[in-house]
Amino acid sequence: MANQIASDKNYINEYPGIWSWLTSLDHKRIGLMYMISVLTFFLIGGIMALILRANLFVPTGILKSGDVYNQVMTYHGAIMVFMVIIPGIPAILGNFFLPLQIGAKDVAFPKLNLLSWYVFMAGAALAVSTFFTTKIDTGWTFYTPYSIRTQTAVVSMVIAAFIMGMSSILTGLNFIVTVHKLRAPGMTMGRIPLFVWAIYSTAIIQVLATPVLAITLLLLAAERLYGVGIFNPELGGDPVLFQHFFWFYSHPAVYIMILPAMGVISELISAFSRKTIFGYTAIAYSSLGIAAVSFFVWGHHMFVSGQSEIAGVVFSFLTMLVGVPTAIKMFNWLATLYRGSISFQSPMLYALGFLFLFAIGGVTGIMLATIGLDVHFHDTYFVVAHFHYVMVGGTLMALMGGFYYWMPKMFGKMYKESWARMSFVFIFIGFNVTFFPQFILGAMGMPRRYFNYLPAYESLNRISTVGSWLIAAGFLISLATIIHSLKWGEKAPDNPWGAKTLEWTVASPPPHDNFKVEPIVTAGPYEYR
Amino acid sequence: MTWMMFLSKSAMAGGSFMPPQGSEVSSQVDNLYSFLLWTSLIGCAILLGGMIFFVVKYKRKTDSDKTPYISHNTFLEFLWSFIPLVLFLAVFAWGWIIYHEMRTVPDNALEIHIFGRQWSWEFVYKSGKTVGAEFVVPVNTPIKLIMTSRDVIHSFYIPSLRLKQDAVPGRYSMISFTPEKLGDYQVFCAEYCGTTHSGMMAKMHVVPQADYEKYLMENDEGLSLADKGKKLYTDKGCVACHSVDGSARVGPSWKGIWGLKDHEMSDGLKVVVDENYVRESILNPNAKIVKGFPSGVMPPFQGVLNEDQVNALIEYIKSLK
Repeated sequence: MANQIASDKNYINEYPGIWSWLTSLDHKRIGLMYMISVLTFFLIGGIMALILRANLFVPTGILKSGDVYNQVMTYHGAIMVFMVIIPGIPAILGNFFLPLQIGAKDVAFPKLNLLSWYVFMAGAALAVSTFFTTKIDTGWTFYTPYSIRTQTAVVSMVIAAFIMGMSSILTGLNFIVTVHKLRAPGMTMGRIPLFVWAIYSTAIIQVLATPVLAITLLLLAAERLYGVGIFNPELGGDPVLFQHFFWFYSHPAVYIMILPAMGVISELISAFSRKTIFGYTAIAYSSLGIAAVSFFVWGHHMFVSGQSEIAGVVFSFLTMLVGVPTAIKMFNWLATLYRGSISFQSPMLYALGFLFLFAIGGVTGIMLATIGLDVHFHDTYFVVAHFHYVMVGGTLMALMGGFYYWMPKMFGKMYKESWARMSFVFIFIGFNVTFFPQFILGAMGMPRRYFNYLPAYESLNRISTVGSWLIAAGFLISLATIIHSLKWGEKAPDNPWGAKTLEWTVASPPPHDNFKVEPIVTAGPYEYR
Repeated sequence: MTWMMFLSKSAMAGGSFMPPQGSEVSSQVDNLYSFLLWTSLIGCAILLGGMIFFVVKYKRKTDSDKTPYISHNTFLEFLWSFIPLVLFLAVFAWGWIIYHEMRTVPDNALEIHIFGRQWSWEFVYKSGKTVGAEFVVPVNTPIKLIMTSRDVIHSFYIPSLRLKQDAVPGRYSMISFTPEKLGDYQVFCAEYCGTTHSGMMAKMHVVPQADYEKYLMENDEGLSLADKGKKLYTDKGCVACHSVDGSARVGPSWKGIWGLKDHEMSDGLKVVVDENYVRESILNPNAKIVKGFPSGVMPPFQGVLNEDQVNALIEYIKSLK
């Protein structure tokens, strides 16, 4: 095929020099720029996590004071949420592969795409800069009136989150238009890969929900700077209103984090089973279904906040409904494995790891949605364990799996399979050792965000801390694998896995404008016959 | 899979990882929890067992394996949408029933007011008796706790009752329960509230009715001034930040500070620790900050403590040689 004509020129070496990167409008280069920034923030957030776990190794704490712990906890949460998991899959893998998968030469608005990276970096720089001032200790949720009373750099941090939210909106807008307008001839909406469906659903949430966060954060900043009484009870405001506003964004935001991961998993399971995906339509529509319902469940974060009891019950009911499309996806993936030709290359290991961890994250989610039970679990380590199972066990596993899957395409290099598998083993085992004991701690009643704790919780906390070292080792092995691959890796073929989506029809790494000849699509994305 | 074993063991013991049950509602919560643990285990076993079975059975044999083209199966898809839906709705209804029980207050409930503040709890009885750090309730009597906060949001949490409620400044919220077992129960603050969030604890003592009545009659009369101060030290939450054994907490320890001639402040000033210094440090704590400690942490107690109470605290500090 014309797209496979060998050429030395690709998107990486076509234009030399750092300046050509910083001004590049190529979605692939922008994806890589996002990758470098997000991985850097991941490293910082990860170090914070290790400090937190180290502190909790003994009941009295190791850090100098509760204040230091609270600051580290806040940076861990804010960095991981706003700067790693939200931009993670959409901005890195989405940027790189969404246009390739629908047969487009780029996203719809390349300049806007570059702008969104700069906006993101500006927000991230502001967020990190607070670390060198008075820091911040509100937790990533900025709950009022604590965030109004604390002496720390709340205003800088919320403005940083505001700016990064802007970047998120721009990226989402770009993807929506790209999916609607730039599909190759024959690429109907019923033929776009499920990864694209997931990113598309995510983009809708990004565009609709993020403005609410922006307004909320601006109101908070206005309250702090000018004493406008909106959330502060001393000025006649209502602190619970802030929680409503905040979770109206931040609950959909957890689907911004998990939907793209589900998209990646659909790709991986189909590719490594060499089998068409089971229930394409069901998976695609369940993404949209999750996106739609996600706007009406925010109150389940507030069962004990003092919101009305009827509201609590209604939110509990609606939250249960999210479980259905999620279960549908899980069973569809399982059915895809049936009679497949399953290989255990590292991306698939990550995908299977995802299924395992997400199943546990899912059933514990149902427990938390059950209002009578959540009264006990709310704000305990049970919640901490649950959302790490979903966000880290889910999103991060998918990001790693997707990364190993697409790395040969992105850089044209293969990696050492044995190292990649070893990184999976460490991360997977380490993850369970770290977070499973936290379910038990939560059931036992240990509240979250505690700098020190009662001696009864000591042994489980110790196990958890040891687990965090295993996870760190796993990520270091991954880092070594990537560096080794970039430097000494073998040249990757165009389609190392035998996958069927369009990105595998172009050279590895792809040329600057993706497709020399516009592809004509005549079949669905998973035609393994 | 070891974890699964762990889980199942706990489920068989009726949710043994849950703290001891202190009321009727808490055993209902545990029943629901056990049910969910079991169904979750079965669900995970189907899903993950199926996954493991398939990946072993359909392991790739040759690179040219052919796989069947199965796009969907309406009946199966209906099953795995409908069965979870029914299950989820059943669980929702069960949770609702328990929640309804939790939120229903008997008419004759004994009311106790609770104030949260950074970083201690304060309990006020109808008689005006005010205590902190520890409070007492009679067994087998419905209790209604009416709470609010003096500063930021706190959350009143008793694991053994499976109950939790945010104490929000500017509004009242409540929980109710009927304690059924004598004993001491741990109280936590579950909503992050700053520096000493994890130290914001209290104890609830469930005692027989007669002991409760005796407790209500107890008052400060007959106590020495220093002992009154000692009681205030725990009741007003000084204990969260100041030790009396010389160890440093968020604030300086009280042990041995009385009478110091050259107590060094963060701006280099040296003060004498006498009545006026201690009084100022209680009522307007940010006026002088002891070297090595952060400023702006301690809330002012102007208007919270009266002159008699400040006096008693001073006497207590004098006694800590």
